Amino acid sequence: MNKAVHVYFSQAIPLVAYIDDSCLFLKEGKCDICRGVCKMDAIDFKQTPKRLNINVGAIILSAGITPFDPSVKEEYRYREYENVVTSMDYERLLSSTGPYEGKVLRKTDKKHPQKVAWIQCVGSRRVTPGDNSYCSGVCCTYTQKQVILTKDHEPDSECTIFHNDIRSFGKDFERYFQRTAAYPGVEFIRSYASIVKEIPGSKNVVIRYATSDEGVKEKEFDMVVLSVGLNPPAAYKEISQKFGIDLNGHGFAKIESSNPVQTNRPGIFVSGAFQGPTDIPESVFTACGAGSQTGELLDYRRGKLSTQRVYPDERDVSKEEPKIGVFVCHCGANISSVVNVPATVEYALTLPGVVYAKQQIFSCATNSAKEITDLAKEKGLNRVVIAACSPRTLEPLFRDTLREAGLNQYYLDMANIREHCSWVHSKQKDEATQKAQDIVRMSVARASQLEPLQEFDLPVNKTALVVGGGIAGMTCALSIARQGHEVHIVEKAKDLGGMARRLHTTLEGLDVQAYLDNLIREVYQNPLIHVSHEATIKDVAGYLGNFTTTIETEGRIKEIKHGASVLAIGAEEYKPTEYLYGQNENVFTHMELGQEIAKGNETVLNAETLVMIQCVGCRNEDRNYCSRVCCGHAVKNALKLKKQNPDMRIYILFRDMRTYGFREDAYREASEQDVKFIRYEPEDKPTVEAVKEGKKNVLRVTVPDYILGKKLELDADVLSLAAAVIPSESTKQIAGLFKVTLSPDGYFKEAHVKLKPVEFATDGVFLCGTAHYPKHVPETINQAYGAAGRVLTLLSRDTVVASGSVAKVTEYDCVSCGACITACTYQAIEFVDTPKGKKAWVNPILCKGDGLCNAKCPTNAIILKHFTNDALLHQIDAAYTAEGILAEIDAVLEEV
Amino acid sequence: MCSGRVDIEFILRAFANGQDGVFIGGCKLDECNYVTHGNYDALSNTYLTKRILKHLGINPDRLRIEFMSGADGQLLAEKTDEFTHQIRGLGALGSSEGLKKETVRFNLEAARKLIPYMRLVERERFRVPVKSKKAYKEFFESPDTHALFDKIFSEQLAISRIMLLLKKNPLPTGTISEQLGLKASDVSRHMITSSRHGMVRYDTDSKCYTLVQA
Repeated sequence: MNKAVHVYFSQAIPLVAYIDDSCLFLKEGKCDICRGVCKMDAIDFKQTPKRLNINVGAIILSAGITPFDPSVKEEYRYREYENVVTSMDYERLLSSTGPYEGKVLRKTDKKHPQKVAWIQCVGSRRVTPGDNSYCSGVCCTYTQKQVILTKDHEPDSECTIFHNDIRSFGKDFERYFQRTAAYPGVEFIRSYASIVKEIPGSKNVVIRYATSDEGVKEKEFDMVVLSVGLNPPAAYKEISQKFGIDLNGHGFAKIESSNPVQTNRPGIFVSGAFQGPTDIPESVFTACGAGSQTGELLDYRRGKLSTQRVYPDERDVSKEEPKIGVFVCHCGANISSVVNVPATVEYALTLPGVVYAKQQIFSCATNSAKEITDLAKEKGLNRVVIAACSPRTLEPLFRDTLREAGLNQYYLDMANIREHCSWVHSKQKDEATQKAQDIVRMSVARASQLEPLQEFDLPVNKTALVVGGGIAGMTCALSIARQGHEVHIVEKAKDLGGMARRLHTTLEGLDVQAYLDNLIREVYQNPLIHVSHEATIKDVAGYLGNFTTTIETEGRIKEIKHGASVLAIGAEEYKPTEYLYGQNENVFTHMELGQEIAKGNETVLNAETLVMIQCVGCRNEDRNYCSRVCCGHAVKNALKLKKQNPDMRIYILFRDMRTYGFREDAYREASEQDVKFIRYEPEDKPTVEAVKEGKKNVLRVTVPDYILGKKLELDADVLSLAAAVIPSESTKQIAGLFKVTLSPDGYFKEAHVKLKPVEFATDGVFLCGTAHYPKHVPETINQAYGAAGRVLTLLSRDTVVASGSVAKVTEYDCVSCGACITACTYQAIEFVDTPKGKKAWVNPILCKGDGLCNAKCPTNAIILKHFTNDALLHQIDAAYTAEGILAEIDAVLEEV
Repeated sequence: MCSGRVDIEFILRAFANGQDGVFIGGCKLDECNYVTHGNYDALSNTYLTKRILKHLGINPDRLRIEFMSGADGQLLAEKTDEFTHQIRGLGALGSSEGLKKETVRFNLEAARKLIPYMRLVERERFRVPVKSKKAYKEFFESPDTHALFDKIFSEQLAISRIMLLLKKNPLPTGTISEQLGLKASDVSRHMITSSRHGMVRYDTDSKCYTLVQA
């Protein structure tokens, strides 16, 4: 329970207190204590609502989502039984800022629950009043996360998950599910579950469920978590009326597959969950996409309202002794639940050069960063060590923090005590604390040797290169071109279109071919877009803002200079080796089946019985991922067939139906139209043989039926296989050329799976479409706009800043041996004539700071700034403590 | 900074500080984060340093390099565990090698002084034309390469050790050979070459060699 005056949450922006409706003064005119206490005179009870008129050119609606409230249905017993909580409540229990500061405790007896149950699909996938018919899409995986966290908190706890289908359709989710299920004491039970009673006294909760082999059972739990789905916020209705946009039947924005960011009213866009239930990466790319489409409208006004950020002048500290400040981050509980943070702060204060040390809950939060800036000024710090996470994500933020304090940004060092320590040593708390202190000590040693460096600006070539001319590549290219930038599309085939050439409709009813033709026409008609057909990429040189790509297209070599690169090379369909595919002409893949339906193939349309087998070629040892789109494809094809031939018997053999989001409605519709769904287990796969039944050739599919407990034989005229989506053959080669990395399943690896889903860790290179991971057409379009949005943040700038960490030659020590010149692939080093003869010289614009030259120079004349021998050797020396040396001496003495 | 920036000096320094093992992590071979494929340099530095360690009587298994991508967290954990167990098995630096701490440190210091020389030699003699794990392995593990390395390095190391010893005080040939476990004839030969290069001076009265201060 919050007080009336409070901070919304610890990472809120702006981080200031506000007063809510429960304020006694606002309600009854009493109290008023806060006003007397506030020394800044910041509380003003006379404020009244103001009406502001703002003229804008476009509107983006990102009104978010709200969790389903289970108290609307009595059966969930929420608020009735105290140990029934929602997943949102449970999230708070797991949080270090939660009611018990990160301890999972029962409200009733403040004891740790040993037996915890999760009930899936609460409020989702049900047509009963008050529930939602759609699948919320996120609950399966967030539950798995909660289970893993619960096991981390209390390794002995027993976790039971009552579920329907496990919908691990997201990137790497299948592995995540396997990881969760592999924990001892974790049980996934496929059953509906109902909450029967609360045990008086213990307040434990009893759940009734049923399994096919054991029948109806009851089990007692210390705590029950309701995995609640996602609801449209009540405000959507009001928003839709005010902005004049339509909602769909579920109360979310009504959108078209061809552009899910656009509402029915031009100039008004939706991003995030307003499109429908979404997870984080999709929210991010729809947000970037809405940004890009806004850019298409308002590009002519870009930069008109922006102001230049002004930093204080840099203080010259070169003559000062190192005065190092150390900030140790709790990272919520990520670090502090394992590493003893206060002890690490104490320890840091004993280190040479450290004049100040402090702990912070989230060093990256706005207020904490401000605190670092303020303390650096107040305490006269000239070096800062942040003991927190990997510099990969937050180094830029903390460098900025130093600049705000008037310090050169290269006076920062980050000690990674999260990825390198707390996350990997959660079971060994004492040793982890020791290691965190070692890491901090090494970091401090390096920090004492850091020198101020200057960065410089590089010009940005305003052209983009898009590799791949499918829906993703074309959509992205068009959005970039509509914002005034030239775009080169490089397509390996003769024609544009990619995989979509083989798709005819989407589940939402988009006529893919008509859409594609239109898209291709727009691409060719856009004067800023240049398409190279039958092209292969020979070489990619350069860097962020200044790439040169050499391609061979229709027999000639072409060189393209560009500032940004987008990789949209798509994916391929797996060619099944199983189930008589390629041997029997009536066995198709789902994609082929879709084509045959569109063509009007008589055998297919007049089939008496048609069987579909899901998960062919993936969710297995070879390809340990879910191809995401196949369940939707199966249902789409089934509905199409039923429409044309209502008497056709259709069976879909599946492992988990993964018709997430609004696709659930189509799944239900198929079921209502008597499409039979039969579940199989991977260890007991269906078998197919071609046999003659009477005069007819049939495909006999044998599959176990767990409900009936026997083998079923289905004689099919046509068999359709959900062939996996697999990474394009050229993915590896393209990754090598553009210096980007691949995920374990062979798809492109994005910079951050949640927060940076359309960019690579390699600067200036972006991605979209199925090369990232299998996805449906509307999702691909969303991501393509998203990539365009990110490309524009680069191309709209005139310059980019290059790192100050480049090599430099001390002329006096250079013996002109040329070792560094041969070591440098960037050709950044050359000999120049000096009064002392020929000496090596580094062109800082070309130098990328890999430091190979440094390790080759026989006289250490060339040094990589920021990673100097001095700094690194200090760090290496600090790895060995005085205590360590003493212990060693003791050991030697003992021997004597 | 690339794994190729990991200086041989860093590795020797860590061992000289008393670290029992050194682990180098680099990007996957042929999947360079830069365009330089500097991880191959890290690989050749590792091979060379292992050979140096062997010469110093230190188990080369105490140095290890592994290549992995940012997506290989699991692999990093596995390899780290594996290496930790291996090093625990070998015990403290010098213990399983039967070397005293001082000897280890002395030898490492002598080797460290050879790094500039090593860099020149590496460039002239130890470059592998083909960048592949196989080619590197074949080259660096071939008897020819070992013989070449030993020929070049053992002489230089012996001289470096003698110089380091003479730094403390002038000594006669006999004592040098005794303290460093070198043949007296070899010591004499090295001393003659070194006098010619003006690095040492023979004092006829005390019959000792003295370091010439630069």
